[in-house]
Amino acid sequence: MTQQQTAGPPSAGQADLAEEFLDRQTPLSRIRNILHRYPAVSPALVLLIAVVVFSLLNERFLRVENLSLITQQVSVVGTLAIAQTLIILTAGIDLSVGAVMILSSMVMAQLAVNNGIPAPLALLAGLVVGLAAGALNGFLVTRFRLPPFIVTLGTLNIFIALTLLYSNGATVRGSAMPPLLTWTGTTFPVGPVRISTGVVMMLLLYIAVAFILGKTAWGRHVYAVGDDKEAARLAGIPVNRVLMSVYLAAGAVLAVGAWIQIGRTNAASPNGGVDLNLDSITAVVIGGTSLFGGRGSVWGTLLGALIVGVFRNGLSLAGLDVLYQTLAVGVLIIVAVSVDQWIRKVKS
Amino acid sequence: MTMTEFEASHVATREPILQARNLVKTFGRVVGLDGVSLDLYPGEVLAIIGDNGAGKSTLIKCLTGAEVPDTGELFVSGQQVHFKRPQDARVHGIETVYQNLAVSPALDVASNLFLGREERRAGLLGSVFRMLDTKGMRTKAKEELTRLGISTLQDVTVPVENLSGGQRQAVAVARAAAFGSKVVVLDEPTAALGVRESNQVLQLVRDLRDRGLPVILISHNMPHVFDVADRIHIQRLGKCAATITPQSHTMTDAVAIMTGAATA
Repeated sequence: MTQQQTAGPPSAGQADLAEEFLDRQTPLSRIRNILHRYPAVSPALVLLIAVVVFSLLNERFLRVENLSLITQQVSVVGTLAIAQTLIILTAGIDLSVGAVMILSSMVMAQLAVNNGIPAPLALLAGLVVGLAAGALNGFLVTRFRLPPFIVTLGTLNIFIALTLLYSNGATVRGSAMPPLLTWTGTTFPVGPVRISTGVVMMLLLYIAVAFILGKTAWGRHVYAVGDDKEAARLAGIPVNRVLMSVYLAAGAVLAVGAWIQIGRTNAASPNGGVDLNLDSITAVVIGGTSLFGGRGSVWGTLLGALIVGVFRNGLSLAGLDVLYQTLAVGVLIIVAVSVDQWIRKVKS
Repeated sequence: MTMTEFEASHVATREPILQARNLVKTFGRVVGLDGVSLDLYPGEVLAIIGDNGAGKSTLIKCLTGAEVPDTGELFVSGQQVHFKRPQDARVHGIETVYQNLAVSPALDVASNLFLGREERRAGLLGSVFRMLDTKGMRTKAKEELTRLGISTLQDVTVPVENLSGGQRQAVAVARAAAFGSKVVVLDEPTAALGVRESNQVLQLVRDLRDRGLPVILISHNMPHVFDVADRIHIQRLGKCAATITPQSHTMTDAVAIMTGAATA
């Protein structure tokens, strides 16, 4: 580079321009190569820029109370997004995550409050509901070979209906619940920031799932199945068993999400969580996980969930209508997928 | 050991490593295999050739557990086996490189070599936390590639999608060679490769044979087949039309048998 600059004769203006043009391509493709190798870089940059912009727009944004609020707002979507990441990594998609979470939380709350079941058992029942929902999705995907999109579109409606039938449309208030169910909403100070138990649980889940995906054979098989199902099968990976276990794991994560949701809202409501499905997909996609499967990480998803949370919080602090939040999230999705497509064009 | 001694012992132990008897496989009303038998002896390269739709791929899929034959028997070292899945064949030491390259593009070379049989760390990290021995697998992958003389793959941490067709093929062949204890099956290993890369793969086939590992090679490429094969099994219309050797027949003869213009 420097050689060219020093050796270039100042008179050969046109040739220099052409060379400069050719050179200009290299930094761009170099950036692309870096992004391809480290997919978490782009969401990290977006998050950084968003934080800077919103803190300039409103000085309240960076206050500790607000940051603490953002983490709590993110805790539910962030947890659902873990389940969503697992399924999207296998080249699937789960439209039912929000519905499963709501159904699980209603079962936990109703059993504890209306049926007087001890809180730990109620939590366990919620976990069973999550696992059963995951098992149903996984069964339909692996046995009937239906596309996950169609399966979960169906089960989404089934779970919503079951929730309404089971709860009669009534919300269970947190004040009526045993403390264990709302424990996830309790906060404790970490320096100047108040962190909720639910946020800690979400982070622990991220650490556990990141370890499992990155360091165990099962994790590698999840990537291989999403990458190329037939190749995975021929390599001796029990594809259906891996898919089934992914849906079960997602169901278990959603049950934890249900617990966090109860603590976060201090209630179990059959009507909440309509936009949670799409927010979880958004977090995954913005986080750099490919919708075509086999590529991505949960850390990217955490960044994606934080980005969605920061956008929603920042835009409302800036005094914009909630509609603009939705608009911004929509734009984010399209930009994220476009960037993903561009990055994936890298070939050595 | 003199040549005659070798031949004598060869004949004395001429029990096939892999034996198929009257394999039949139908897909709805299409007959893929119509009673095919095959013997694979120790230390030989058996080529399977045939026109499109002659049943070559179906045959090797039945031999390697990727398809289950409707009827017919399979024997490995004289013992009857029933392969339901590719793993079953693998347990019996039969490794396969499929035509569509069963590699995962986003995973790196080492992960692909160990895909489906990952090794875990020693101690609690491995047994309780199921942690993979990534470093160990990378070292072993490097050793295996060196042992096989595959020099085109230096960095085992590169995702396979960044490799050329020949390099990907090398990964797939290396995986089969590294784990195949009894038989290595290669389906069209040179179909997508250039001249130089093809020669490397053919050399790899000879090396495997010289190490005593019998190889089944499916190919369209007559010069390649006549170059490396000891015997040639010719499939035609779902049946074995003939089994010839490069010495007994010419390429023209082979093509004639393949297309039905002649019989052996």
